[in-house]
Amino acid sequence: MTKVRSDYVRPVDFKHGRVDMTHGGGGRAMAQLIEELFARAFSNEWLAQGNDNALFTVPAGRMVMATDSHVVSPLEFPGGDIGCLAVHGTINDVAMAGARPLYLAAGFILEEGFPLATLKRIVESMAAASREAGVPVVTGDTKVVEQGKGDGLFITTTGIGVVPPGVEISGDRARAGDCILLSGTIGDHGVAIMSLRENLTFETTIRSDTAALHRLVATMVEAVPSIRCLRDPTRGGLGTTLNEFARQSGVGMLIHESKIPVRAEVNAACEFLGLDPLYVANEGKLIAICPPEDADRLLAAMRAHPLGAKAAIIGKVVADAHGFVQMETSFGGRRVVDWLTGEQLPRIC
Amino acid sequence: MKYIEEFRDGDLARRIATRIRAEARPERSYNLMEFCGGHTHAISRYGIKDLLPGNVNMIHGPGCPVCVLPIGRIDNAIELATKHSAIVCTYADTMRVPASPAAGPPQGGQHPLGGCEPRASRGSGESLSLMKAKARGADIRMVYSAADALRIAQDNPARDVVFFAIGFETTTPPTAIIIRQAQALGLANFTVFCNHVLTPAAITHILESPEVRELGIVPLDGFIGPAHVSTVIGSQPYEYFAEEYQRPVVIAGFEPLDVMQAILMLVRQLNDGRAEVENEFTRAVTREGNEKAKSLVADVFELRRSFEWRGLGEVPYSALRIKESYAAFDAERRFGIAYRSVADNKACECGAILRGVKKPTDCKVFGTVCTPENPIGSCMVSSEGACAAHYTYGRFKDIEVRAA
Amino acid sequence: MCLALPARVVELLPASEGTIDLGGVRKRISLELVTDVQPGDYVIVHVGYALQKLDPAEAERTLALFAESGLTDGTA
Repeated sequence: MTKVRSDYVRPVDFKHGRVDMTHGGGGRAMAQLIEELFARAFSNEWLAQGNDNALFTVPAGRMVMATDSHVVSPLEFPGGDIGCLAVHGTINDVAMAGARPLYLAAGFILEEGFPLATLKRIVESMAAASREAGVPVVTGDTKVVEQGKGDGLFITTTGIGVVPPGVEISGDRARAGDCILLSGTIGDHGVAIMSLRENLTFETTIRSDTAALHRLVATMVEAVPSIRCLRDPTRGGLGTTLNEFARQSGVGMLIHESKIPVRAEVNAACEFLGLDPLYVANEGKLIAICPPEDADRLLAAMRAHPLGAKAAIIGKVVADAHGFVQMETSFGGRRVVDWLTGEQLPRIC
Repeated sequence: MKYIEEFRDGDLARRIATRIRAEARPERSYNLMEFCGGHTHAISRYGIKDLLPGNVNMIHGPGCPVCVLPIGRIDNAIELATKHSAIVCTYADTMRVPASPAAGPPQGGQHPLGGCEPRASRGSGESLSLMKAKARGADIRMVYSAADALRIAQDNPARDVVFFAIGFETTTPPTAIIIRQAQALGLANFTVFCNHVLTPAAITHILESPEVRELGIVPLDGFIGPAHVSTVIGSQPYEYFAEEYQRPVVIAGFEPLDVMQAILMLVRQLNDGRAEVENEFTRAVTREGNEKAKSLVADVFELRRSFEWRGLGEVPYSALRIKESYAAFDAERRFGIAYRSVADNKACECGAILRGVKKPTDCKVFGTVCTPENPIGSCMVSSEGACAAHYTYGRFKDIEVRAA
Repeated sequence: MCLALPARVVELLPASEGTIDLGGVRKRISLELVTDVQPGDYVIVHVGYALQKLDPAEAERTLALFAESGLTDGTA
């Protein structure tokens, strides 16, 4: 008869187990989940210490902080999942100030009954994304809500970064004459998600473009320190982000449909559903606005980076008291690209 | 995408535009109504107006089945979910149409997540929509296809499932199919709330309206006929208008080049003094249309003597209801739905706009009180309603004009 | 009226269904309303149903008509 080790602790059952209220209770079960899953996956000196906080020295200079809550459904989709989406999303928000991201914090709200196998997959994906980006998750929190009160899993991430001297990037700095650049194809993420939504199933090889953009931003800022604005067009898409810039800066814009890169499949999926790719979410693209004399140099820097291979100059900023974003259609007419109204819904008419 | 991209070619567009400019006689105007909402959308989205000479005017017609759905029918759909606890399946287009103020489930002032129910901001209460009713807990589900509604009924045998059927003749055959399938399957929990409407009846109504017929306030010289409705009903039903009202009709495909070519064909007919039915969309439309689809529809549906259209009032023989032989699948019979007509907001000019009598910019509340975010009337709700299309794609031009 | 698109039939399936392809995106739809459809044919699809077959010869003819529209003018 084999003897049971005196220090034996039954490990968390990641194959068949489910989240229950004890995992958020603050007691032993929660500590075990944190140790066996989160700390093991994220694996760094701060989490190893086991405190409710992370201690680090701050580099000199200006700091940026950003936070995001992630409620995407479905949780897993072609090209990614809510975990890596959370890491990329916050790294990107920090990077959009021209900053080098330093650390992330992550809060998890788990719904009672959520399969631990799925949680493990997502947390490990998140950890891989964090490692690949070189931005550790140094502190976090876990709570559990009763069944029916959550959508399986919600994640909130907060990130901080440091802005190099001489870099002034903000949405209100666009000026008439500036050029507008886009780092790649639009609509990939939104279509990848929609392809899984109940009742909208269609088969496509489109994958979410979720990616951390901080290294692309670093090469861009180095090549062109005079960049005026940077933003990643997530919910609401390219159309909404351009309108945000226009309003913040008190300018108008003129873009050209023929210059905007869109994958054929994304176009087709949008046709099917009656959606406009201009308003479909992206998670691995950015818009940059820079002085006209620097546009070609900026474009070259973007194209030299894998995440900017399809970058293009799509238009320019114009003086316009009404702040309209206008677009020259491929067809030859002109139309306004307005703010997105509510949520984009597929249509039959 | 084959058969789509070639029909959006900018160079060809400019060529056709040059032709139109050359052939449109300067001494007269050409007032053309595009009946179909999809055409309204295409005209706005591609900026087709920019390519037309000033004396060719496009008037937006009432061919948007969401826009013409009366408030009272949306109220009925919401009731099916709230009062009768049915799962209501609907196409996404109807989700945001504003209906009557809240008559939803009483929540005793308590919000399910704690705290109080937000108080109504205006007098009689916030107007409900299917979307808002869903947020309050009604089981309303968006479907892409009628077949999805049938599947939901099969997956939920203990619940009543109602399919909120809307649309012109394009969308009616799928509804006919699922009703027949429901009968073959012996489904006891599935019904259809039928709001299918008919194109020719609407066109007649416009042509018969006082503004057009007697008063001549709305000069209407010709029609661009709907694309996909015509694939089903064929070009034959329009021969009546051309004959009776002496107006040319050109059935146009959905793409911008189709629309431009159709405009050219109408200009030519008007110059020649002809009033015929021509078909530009020959790749998908024949004179007879789709016989199989027509006979399926005739098997399941019959004409209502009259039906209220938002903005047009009662229109005779313009809508369909489910026949007695399929009564078991008729939500109106099963749930004893009583229709109550609800008047539009007084400031709303949707009625006039749908008839082509007024333009969106003629409406006092356009773009201010009434926006796509907070639509007052139906023309602003659907993305192909005249007001929504103009707001989304064209209103920057109004400002240029005013500033000039 | 409604949003309908020309798509290529790639596969016939049982119970009058089929798979169509539009620009690389595939969807399963009903072919109940059309007769005599073969893989390779194009159909007009609306809310998950094929409404009509597209006639390629007519499509070519229509495109030719558009192109002609500018030519008879002489100067484009």
